[in-house]
Amino acid sequence: MTDQPSALDVTVNGQLHTFADEIHTNLLDWLRSEGFTGAKEGCAEGECGACSVLVARPDGEGHTRWTAVNACLPPAAAFAGQEIITAEGLGTVDSLHPVQHEMALRGGSQCGYCTPGFICSMAAEYYRPERACGPDDAHAADGPEHGANGFDLHSLSGNLCRCTGYRPIRDAAFALGDVPDDDALGARRDRPAPEAVRTSYSCGGRRFVRPASLDEALRILQDEPGAVPVAGSTDWGVDVNIRSTRADLVVGLDRLPELRTLRETADYIELGAALTLTEIERTLDGRIPLLAQLFPQFASRLIRNGATIGGNLGTGSPIGDTPPALLALEAELVLAGVDGSRVVPLADYFTGYRQTVRMPGELIQAVRIPLPLAGITAFHKIAKRRFDDISSVAVGYAIDVADGVVRTARIGLGGVAATPLRATAVEAALEGKPWTADTARAAAAVLQQEGTPMDDHRASSKYRRAMLGTSLRKLYAETVSTEVAS
Amino acid sequence: MSELSQRPANPVVGESMPHEAARLHVTGTALYTDDLVGRTHAVLHAYPVRGEHAHARVTRLDTTPAMSVPGVVRVLTADDVPGVNDAGTRHDEPLFPSEVMYYGHPVAWVLGETLEAARLGAQAVEVDYTDLPSLVRVTDAIEAGSYQGAQPTLERGDIDSGFSSATKVFSGEFEFAGQEHFYLETHCSLAHVDENGQIFIQSSTQHPTETQDIVSHVMGIPANAVTVQCLRMGGGFGGKEMQPHGYAAIAAIGATLTGRPVRIRLNRTQDLTMSGKRHGFHATWKVGFSDDGLLQALDATLVADGGWSIDLSEPVLARALCHIDNAYWVPNIRVHGRIAKTHKTSQTAFRGFGGPQGMLVLEDILGRCAPLLGLDPMELRRRNFYAEGQATPYGMPVRHPERMEAAWSQVMSSADVDRRQQEIAAFNATHADTKRAIAVTPVKFGISFNLTAFNQGGALVLVYKDGSVLINHGGTEMGQGLHTKMLQVAATALGVPLSTVRLAPTRTDKVANTSATAASSGTDLNGGAVKNACEQIRERLAVVASGLLGVPPRDIRFEAGIVRGLGTDAEVSWEELVNKAYFQRVQLSAAGFYRTEGLHWDATTFQGEPFKYFAYGAAATEVEVDGFTGAYTTRRVDIVHDVGDSLSPLIDLGQIEGGFVQGAGWLTLEDLRWDDRDGPTRGRLSTQAASTYKLPSFSEMPVEFNIALLDKAHEEGAVYGSKAVGEPPLMLAFSVREALRQAAGAFGPVGASVNLASPATPEAVYWAIEEARAGGSNGLVIEGIPAKSTTSVPDTKPMLPNAERGQYGVPTGV
Repeated sequence: MTDQPSALDVTVNGQLHTFADEIHTNLLDWLRSEGFTGAKEGCAEGECGACSVLVARPDGEGHTRWTAVNACLPPAAAFAGQEIITAEGLGTVDSLHPVQHEMALRGGSQCGYCTPGFICSMAAEYYRPERACGPDDAHAADGPEHGANGFDLHSLSGNLCRCTGYRPIRDAAFALGDVPDDDALGARRDRPAPEAVRTSYSCGGRRFVRPASLDEALRILQDEPGAVPVAGSTDWGVDVNIRSTRADLVVGLDRLPELRTLRETADYIELGAALTLTEIERTLDGRIPLLAQLFPQFASRLIRNGATIGGNLGTGSPIGDTPPALLALEAELVLAGVDGSRVVPLADYFTGYRQTVRMPGELIQAVRIPLPLAGITAFHKIAKRRFDDISSVAVGYAIDVADGVVRTARIGLGGVAATPLRATAVEAALEGKPWTADTARAAAAVLQQEGTPMDDHRASSKYRRAMLGTSLRKLYAETVSTEVAS
Repeated sequence: MSELSQRPANPVVGESMPHEAARLHVTGTALYTDDLVGRTHAVLHAYPVRGEHAHARVTRLDTTPAMSVPGVVRVLTADDVPGVNDAGTRHDEPLFPSEVMYYGHPVAWVLGETLEAARLGAQAVEVDYTDLPSLVRVTDAIEAGSYQGAQPTLERGDIDSGFSSATKVFSGEFEFAGQEHFYLETHCSLAHVDENGQIFIQSSTQHPTETQDIVSHVMGIPANAVTVQCLRMGGGFGGKEMQPHGYAAIAAIGATLTGRPVRIRLNRTQDLTMSGKRHGFHATWKVGFSDDGLLQALDATLVADGGWSIDLSEPVLARALCHIDNAYWVPNIRVHGRIAKTHKTSQTAFRGFGGPQGMLVLEDILGRCAPLLGLDPMELRRRNFYAEGQATPYGMPVRHPERMEAAWSQVMSSADVDRRQQEIAAFNATHADTKRAIAVTPVKFGISFNLTAFNQGGALVLVYKDGSVLINHGGTEMGQGLHTKMLQVAATALGVPLSTVRLAPTRTDKVANTSATAASSGTDLNGGAVKNACEQIRERLAVVASGLLGVPPRDIRFEAGIVRGLGTDAEVSWEELVNKAYFQRVQLSAAGFYRTEGLHWDATTFQGEPFKYFAYGAAATEVEVDGFTGAYTTRRVDIVHDVGDSLSPLIDLGQIEGGFVQGAGWLTLEDLRWDDRDGPTRGRLSTQAASTYKLPSFSEMPVEFNIALLDKAHEEGAVYGSKAVGEPPLMLAFSVREALRQAAGAFGPVGASVNLASPATPEAVYWAIEEARAGGSNGLVIEGIPAKSTTSVPDTKPMLPNAERGQYGVPTGV
């Protein structure tokens, strides 16, 4: 991490720009004030993607990955020394970028307001190193959300369009070819990304600080109890934009090396708290099937590119999507403080609505998932919309069946109480029983009584309860090979 | 073929081309109103002071604390209005109200050097309120008799004899939700005053002339002192037809008082909680069929939930009544219409403008009754189509009913519906927990403003000495491709290449007294006007060319920039001809005008011919529903839609697909929830953000999506044989809802009638499945036979918002 405390210089579309505004100014507002009005505000809470821009993020040793993020959420001050590309920087009217060309040609824009954001999200997927065109059926097994060119439509799940109905945007995405060798942004991937810059920026008496080490971060948090620690700002940014929350001191944790390791020992897999969900998804590559099932249902690619696993747990929200899965996996948290660290089972972590055992000054350093993993795992998310929605009810399952008998069952619940819950009574109703439809049905009746689901705009308590009641039967039906005739 | 509809050889209309601004869109260089703020010097920002009460009187308003907030420049209140304190056309929308009429109603606006300063200033303004009784649910308004505006009745035939000739009579009740526009660009206005006191407003408005009118009456100055420009909108969908005016007026007052540009841009939460939406409706109905499923009589009462002011609710209700028949012949009909006055946002225009709500009532009736009649829903629908010689209930002959039949047959065959129904039956027989269904529904939609006066359009076409052409017209661009079509119309009418023509942003000082770009009529009206202006110029040029080429003017042809005389080899280039004409002192510009002929409408008797023509379409949708959760996917959609002879096929395709998905959003996903409990948040919109009000995303796009334009669809009465396309495709989405109903029904016994709430969220579908599993709805009674009791549907649904109450209640008996 380099040290550059005073000047907040950010490279936008290859040119250096200087940030000198209030610390609550988000990246979008700053870019627009610098004249980059391509990126738009559609919702100011990371739901619509009209503000999507590309950021040069580290990608292993010596490489850069063009990563699309919602510019409306993170503070601009968090981008000191970073490189950003907006829709204006990808191509011009007379020389369109391939992504722009396909979108323009195929009717991918109507009113055009969401378009620059789609362009950036699509460009990030265009430059994704793992994406490669193959024969027409190369990606057929990946389902209808993948093009023959390797394009994953989930990369656009955080972008809303109110005009087109999406079909022409999909066609544009699936028509993209490989990145040519002489493409400048393509070539940029083979050089290192900008390092994080140690930052101490103040404006109007308010500060944004990016410490260089975990120790420094912990000292700041201990010395200044009002400090707000943020990583991807996907939650904090909403507070700032929608609820007009302001903080005197914001501490950026997202690039701390101590929080960004992923390692596997004989006993557990440890995920650094400041790893983004996308990074974990990519690095694990299916190693933890329950998480592999969860990730595509967790918000959108744009959010997962910024949001960290530590952040999702740090907010203590009862409707975060990782807790039900991590509870089923019997995850533990490593909590770090100035006096050292401690390990807390996730099941003991939540104490009340948005309250946890994490003490002031403590940070989540890592999440540990014990090994071996259970044989049957699933993540059931009940929501109004399939992509990018908040769950009404979420259930994580990790069940081990040996010789037809349930040996262990771990079930995590979200959305049915003030905190995420372990469904221990259901676990007890399953363990030692044969894994049959009757067992599932009997345990489902127990599950239906778990928690204290409420009525709100997402779902009725009655429906939430009904979903608890059907979830285990659905799981059972999914684990047996084919359905039977009614 | 009429002169209006006739195309010359090699026309530019009919060519498939991308949106005229596509290159600007994709490079982020297309400008929207708020993009101008950073390009304008010393702009002030406006922020509202909002009353957080469903209904309350303002008893004290003290702005002085705000003035001590650093950066606050001024607070605007009712005292600052030089003219009329009214943001509407009906004098029932005070711009600065003394009575809060809905939760979040702005009572004052603060101007600040920054948005942050204005926000903090708004927080500092002190306001006292006295709470007043409020009506939030439409059913409460009905009970209280709280109505506003006209109470029309549409009637034809003899309703009593209709029912006595019917052998099967059913009745029911249906309440369904409205819809938020959720244009990606929120409301925005930027005003400044020039050295002559002329107010110039850049506004995201579908109706620049009315924005001008309202600013003029609020400011107490003539219309010629106000100019409104709309560069383009980031979506409109009807939400910017009536609603932008007040914000423009606030900006105008602020700019006049401070001498500085003033910007108002609503953030998403403000936009969601302050701007009007599609009307939710409550309907009660009684319907009679013959033994073979032919509609005999329909008696219904439709109540539109109008919100706090009348706005466009009357014409919306009129269109609902005029579309309750959809594509079906109902010989005896009586429909009463009412507009409830409730303490909610002022509901307004939204793509379809009441038409979708009217049609939904009858489509819901057919979907619910088909199993009780023992008919396949597709067969029931087709049997009742209009035939040649029949007229609508409002007395307008249904021209080209064979096109409805043609669209239907074409989609049945292209979608391979018969074969797929067999496949679905086989699938359902072997899958206990997952069911599929396919539904086909028709659309017949009348084109023209119901109010005859609005059916006029204007244009100004300028040909410069070098032959380049600049067109202005009264329509606004909101993504629908109007400007693209207008460029194509001008190039066709002048016989020049498309590259010769440019288009200027919509401004009230170029084309005056324009109609809203609404009612799908933008192309018909403005295309007619552009064509008219171009033809005036072409006729003058033909005279000049006649002299050059030695043939009579009537034998001059303009094509692709070359002007020829019939029967000679001589030709002259467009540029040369224009140059010659200039030196002959021939006028090279023209104001064009168009009025739709043959329309008349009597709003008292609800009779007349309000529409120039009907647009037809049919859609076949297949869904798959999960019996554990009610979650579903749209597997395949096939559409055949009538756009006449398309002016611009890629644009029309986009309108059809986009309209369909937006309609599917309304009917299945988008869930407006108002807090109707007593307490401090009564009347508050609970789904007031993108995180809680969910639009269709990629996950709602049909996996397979096939669109075809109806063949042989030339329309005599419209420009170059085309038809309007903006609204009608939205209603093709009824096929999604009906497919969901049928798939839910497949979990129950054959013949089960399924009641499905709207929107059909996974939760609503789940309850429909549960109802089907228990044997079907008691929502319908057969005349003379008592209703069955139901066991499957929860008897109380406290969490469901008002908008869904009634759907689960026991409908009225006959």
